Amino acid sequence: MERPLTKNIRPNEDPLSLMEYEQAGGYRAVRTMLSTMSPQDVQVQVKASNLRGRGGAGFPTGMKWSFVPMGENAPKQKYFIVNADEMEPGAFKDRYLLEGDPHQLIEGIVVAAYAIQASHAYIFLRQGYGRAELLLNKAIAEAYENKLLGENILGSGFSLDLRIHTSAGRYICGEETALINALEGKRATPRAKPPFPQVSGLWGRPTVVNNVETVVNLPHIVNNGADWFKSIGGINDSGTKIYGVSGRVRNPGLWELPMGTMVSDLIEEQAGGMMDGYRLRAFMPGGASTDFLTPDHMNVRMDFDSVMKAGSRMGTGTITVLDDRTCPVGFVHSLEKFFRRESCGWCTPCREGLPWIERTLQAIETGKGEMSDLDLLTEQCRLLGPGNTFCALAPGAVEPLQSALKYFLEDFESHINNKHCPWKSI
Amino acid sequence: MVTIFIDNKPHQVKPDQNLLQACLSLGFDLPYFCWHPALHAVGACRQCAVKQYKDDKDAKGRIIMSCMTPVSEGLRISVDDPEARAFRKGIVEQLMLNHPHDCPVCDEGGECHLQDMTVMTGHNYRRSRFRKRTHQNQDLGPFLNHEMNRCIQCYRCVRFYRGVAGGRDLNVFGAHDHVYFGRHADGPLESEFSGNLIEICPTGVFTDKTLKEHYTRKWDLQTAPSICVHCGVGCNTIAGERYGSLRRIMNRYNRDINGYFLCDRGRFGYEFVNSHKRIRTPLVKSPSPPAGEGRGEGGKPADRETVLTHIADILSKAKGVIAIGSPRASLESNFALRTLAGENSFFSGIGNEEQSLVSLIIDIQKNSPASSPSLREIQAADAVLILGEDLPNTAPLMALAVRQASRNKQFEIAAAMKLPLWDDNAVRNAGQSAKSPVYIISPAETRLDDVAAKTAHVPIQDIVRLASAISQKLDPNIPPLSSGERTEVRGQDVDALAKEIATVLMNAKHPLIVSGTGCQSTGVVQTAANIARALQLKGKAVQLAFAVHECNTLGAALLGGRTLDEAFTVMQDGLADTVIILENDLYRRADEASVEQFLGRAKNIIVLDHIMHRTADQADVVLPAATFAESSGTLINYETRPQRYNEVFVPRGDIQAGWKWINAIMMATQHPAPGGFATLDDIIRKMSRELPLFAELADLVPPAGFRIAGQKVPRQSHRYSGRTSMIADRTVHEPKPAYDADSPLAFSMEGSEQQPPAPLISRYWSPGWNSVQALNRFQQEVGGDLRKESTGTRLIKMIGGQSEYFRIDLSEDPAESPQYFIFGSEELSNLSPALGKRRPMDDQQDPRMTM
Amino acid sequence: MLTEQEKQEISEELKHCERPEAAAIEALRVVQKKRGWVSDASLRDVAAQLSMTPAELDAVATFYSFIFRKPVGRHVIALCDSMVCWSLGHDDLYKLISTKLGIGYGETTGDNRFTLLPASCLGACDRAPAMMVDDELFGPVTPETIDEILSKYS
Ligand SMILES: Cc1cc2nc3c(=O)[nH]c(=O)nc-3n(C[C@H](O)[C@H](O)[C@H](O)COP(=O)(O)O)c2cc1C
Ligand code: SF4
Ligand code: FES
Repeated sequence: MERPLTKNIRPNEDPLSLMEYEQAGGYRAVRTMLSTMSPQDVQVQVKASNLRGRGGAGFPTGMKWSFVPMGENAPKQKYFIVNADEMEPGAFKDRYLLEGDPHQLIEGIVVAAYAIQASHAYIFLRQGYGRAELLLNKAIAEAYENKLLGENILGSGFSLDLRIHTSAGRYICGEETALINALEGKRATPRAKPPFPQVSGLWGRPTVVNNVETVVNLPHIVNNGADWFKSIGGINDSGTKIYGVSGRVRNPGLWELPMGTMVSDLIEEQAGGMMDGYRLRAFMPGGASTDFLTPDHMNVRMDFDSVMKAGSRMGTGTITVLDDRTCPVGFVHSLEKFFRRESCGWCTPCREGLPWIERTLQAIETGKGEMSDLDLLTEQCRLLGPGNTFCALAPGAVEPLQSALKYFLEDFESHINNKHCPWKSI
Repeated sequence: MVTIFIDNKPHQVKPDQNLLQACLSLGFDLPYFCWHPALHAVGACRQCAVKQYKDDKDAKGRIIMSCMTPVSEGLRISVDDPEARAFRKGIVEQLMLNHPHDCPVCDEGGECHLQDMTVMTGHNYRRSRFRKRTHQNQDLGPFLNHEMNRCIQCYRCVRFYRGVAGGRDLNVFGAHDHVYFGRHADGPLESEFSGNLIEICPTGVFTDKTLKEHYTRKWDLQTAPSICVHCGVGCNTIAGERYGSLRRIMNRYNRDINGYFLCDRGRFGYEFVNSHKRIRTPLVKSPSPPAGEGRGEGGKPADRETVLTHIADILSKAKGVIAIGSPRASLESNFALRTLAGENSFFSGIGNEEQSLVSLIIDIQKNSPASSPSLREIQAADAVLILGEDLPNTAPLMALAVRQASRNKQFEIAAAMKLPLWDDNAVRNAGQSAKSPVYIISPAETRLDDVAAKTAHVPIQDIVRLASAISQKLDPNIPPLSSGERTEVRGQDVDALAKEIATVLMNAKHPLIVSGTGCQSTGVVQTAANIARALQLKGKAVQLAFAVHECNTLGAALLGGRTLDEAFTVMQDGLADTVIILENDLYRRADEASVEQFLGRAKNIIVLDHIMHRTADQADVVLPAATFAESSGTLINYETRPQRYNEVFVPRGDIQAGWKWINAIMMATQHPAPGGFATLDDIIRKMSRELPLFAELADLVPPAGFRIAGQKVPRQSHRYSGRTSMIADRTVHEPKPAYDADSPLAFSMEGSEQQPPAPLISRYWSPGWNSVQALNRFQQEVGGDLRKESTGTRLIKMIGGQSEYFRIDLSEDPAESPQYFIFGSEELSNLSPALGKRRPMDDQQDPRMTM
Repeated sequence: MLTEQEKQEISEELKHCERPEAAAIEALRVVQKKRGWVSDASLRDVAAQLSMTPAELDAVATFYSFIFRKPVGRHVIALCDSMVCWSLGHDDLYKLISTKLGIGYGETTGDNRFTLLPASCLGACDRAPAMMVDDELFGPVTPETIDEILSKYS
């Protein structure tokens, strides 16, 4: 089984230096591309590969790029931004790629930037990823020294300036338009779409934002072609995916596996199943903003379409398990506390609704709930649903809640009826 | 026009607007918060939700935000859909979670957009059992009260303050459910447009601190349409009174002039009306001290009959009477005075230099092909050159209009990207810091400099040099300066700058030149005209605006009195021994010694005014003249647009309009001039007959006899309370409401509730809409013209094309320009205590400010 | 007053920015790195260097959770309270730390050694419960290891 994205990663060791990376076949994609391919060629190939964005929504990358104005009349300055904000609870895959193989990311950035003819690229790195920052800076310096970045890369005439922006915290910065505002030195409230960043993004110029994992796929697609990329994937989707499992499993971690790997494979095999004495109650397939699924869904394939069909979203593909000895109400409460705190405060339903939800959940968890609270929660879930709020944060926040109300209704009711949390000793 | 379907009914709407605006224009009650016609849409509050359907088969539909949705042919929506209604109710419920529900003690109560919207959505029961978050308030200075707990985070305040007014000291802090709108630290808001927050804020976060001093609910204010008297722009206002004192000034929408906004001088300057310096009774010094001796201060109160007899006596014995008018008195009062004294004995009351400048400006307006633009037209300019004028201090709303004009580049960029121009953030993000070119050449820094492509702060003669160089770049035939051309002024390369500006003006579609009387320089005004003329000869539709500094500078000048210097000479030559001075403190007009001499020589001085000042102190007879709030009259603004202000309340005692006093004097003296003028219509009729320039004045506002369905237009709201007990301390009999013979407005709550013609709108109210946002209901389309608009007119129409270039003589120009202050330079507003607190330190002030 | 070095570092950041305000976060971080937090005085100094008003800079500063506008101790403990860490023992860990140090969230020890803050997911869910002390990540943190971790910071 091929593991193109992680083959160079040596856990607990420093990542490959530029030399080592090149020896392992690195920057071959950049060399080939700059000498033999037009930007259009790269775009065509990425489109053909059917690479879907790994940032959570699974939007086809080639299609995303195709909205960028190209050619003579296009603005001279365009931007490519790597979204390395990774602040969603349950997600920790990008850190692995950032710390594990920074050159792979840089190579991917050059590919993407070339494809859309961006003059500037940024890595938007979350606060707290200090080690990644250190390693990336080192790798970027090496790349500059070796003419893989900067003016006239490898004598091709293509120039690219790459800089890291380290965020000062706030989950909303991961939303691509909020991210752009953050880069402009503004409050990171999202922007309305349309206009899409590809048309009017950073400084009002064409901008593409892609997730770390999306970007690291690019060199391999250029090297091996679209068909190869499809071939290493699963039934529905191309390529490999960095999956993860966290929670009360024996062996939490991350694994690169073909797209569409079965949930059971991830939880039972890779993660070694539940820890002794714990049973699986439910899981979130891809981070805190995805609906719960239950043990009934163990045979769902982890690709964008299949998870959607099962009633959730693949999101980041890093599964969080909820065990039977953890209070689901408390769990959801902790989740909503996160979303409440991380809301940007721009639109009403999210800014006001999430605190109401959070306090209601807290009341229920601490035995002060009322039956009418359940209707209220359902109502608020609807109010904060997709399209109703300014960005996708709030809908993401209520996804797990609405499925919790479906799957754990009895738990909610017993909290309310017995006026305390059954998982807590009185 | 496109057809959209709302609840299955077709409606024709204008394209290029958002759905919310369209729905409101059609009269639908759709609640909203973050949207505002002058701020456009950002989609933050999510209050304006409606259902959208794919087609007529789609029964499910989806919730959309109407403000963020463009109207398009065939668009199908429902306002009435239960799910949409429930959604809107849910949003208000969320907004109210932390709202203190303190309406009974809140100044906004009764005119609160949040109240209106809460009622509109039907939210009326609090379900949340959690504690509310609270904030600390800030001291924001003398104008605004701050009560953050009432905030619903619509972001309008910062969007107005920063995005429209260009203020940089108000912002939003924090995140999630802890966002705070205020300053970095306590302190007065710096922007001179801060008062607009009162009307921009949909609830009671920012309220009028001066109103708080003598608080009255909106419905208990007696209000009338008025005109601001504090500068030459002529913003439209609504003034409100209770118990004989003026309580506040609010914006009155005039799309051509001030739109939705006012400046803080105009909003908070009104308190001079209640000032202790008011002259409230006739005062007589008897016997008159002999001429030439110091007269001391004050006189003894006298009653109306006595004083009129006394005046008649003075006038009959006088050896020559001259009259001095005023640029801050109404056209009618000036005209009455002119009638009383006779054309040859009437002097305009404007300082000498200023009078010659204003006459020059009038000549230019008459002859120049460049039209004098309204503020709305200024806002449409895509290149602006300001010569010598410190607009934020002399014509604040004009400065605001230029600031908006500087944004046209952003709109251009956004339009090229096919972005909807109502999508505020999209336009700003696409346009970033791009600005339409504004060049400011002025004696000192101005608060508009931040939007300027370039500024040159140079002495007046250098302003003329630069401007002259620009004009020559545009047309080499323009005669060179009489002397003193230079290649460099203050480090600026004259040739390069002139070339740059000339090119920019030539490349613009709507170039605008702004100047004014600020520098007191003929050269500045003339070069401005030369530039405009040169552009016009090149086929450009150029506009030329001149700021003048008082509310009726042009009115007084157009009446055509002789200059003040001539009055001094007449007195000096002994051709007169008696002077009547109308609403004018001569010490502000001429140097102290000349005024002293002049007044010293006068045997009899009769002053009509509303406030005591040094000139009034010297008078033998002082008559209490009404302010704008207690009388009706016409003012002519910088563009020669006449506008009517209306009596807000009947003043107590003998106070009456200047022109009424003069009429009384004429009656008492059995003046030979034909016809008295008992009413405003009388005097206007007389004026338009005698002076062809004013022929259209009679059509300006419906005459006093105008009725709607047989009724007058009420000044009091139909909820006006306590009318029968207001004077119960004096009498238990309710007096008959005063009859207003001068306008179709009634001092009463009885009258027509229909929308009157625009100049008669005394308040904005419509069922369900108690806040200022009720204005929506008065407009043909939201943000557009008023339903019963009479678009007003300029007295001077473009007739020119014949003018010659001016030959400019540098030596005539003063070396230094006076400094102007929005707070402090203007005589009347200066008496308002709140404004006084914002006045610059006294040592910065020019003691002889001409405005 | 900013030190020469701080000013220098901020001008370095400014060189790479399209507009000065784009360097806001970087500039604030320069100050925070040296002083632990951003005082009103520092904020005003930085604002001046970025041609911003204090209100404009503060609007940005107060948006982000890791720009500290109040004093913090010599070390900042950021304890992850998001769902995975929560379910793997955050509450107990918090109680333990809080008892040991005598402070709750948002508080600083009397000797100014530690400030304790709740953190949103640290991207270390496979090492839950996780926490950061200054720039260093720890996880899984157990009642047994907590003393050892804290003892590294004086
Ligand atoms: C609240 C919110 C937070 C997000 N956080 C991240 C993030 O941390 N990393 C990320 O790659 N995408 C995040 N996204 C998705 C981005 O907006 C964007 O879709 C993504 O970066 C696109 O990358 P892709 O096309 O490569 O998937 C977030 C979206 C939302 C609404
Ligand atoms: S849903 Fe609204 S408040 Fe929440 S993060 Fe998005 S824009 Fe901000
Ligand atoms: S008015 Fe439409 S979202 Fe606020």
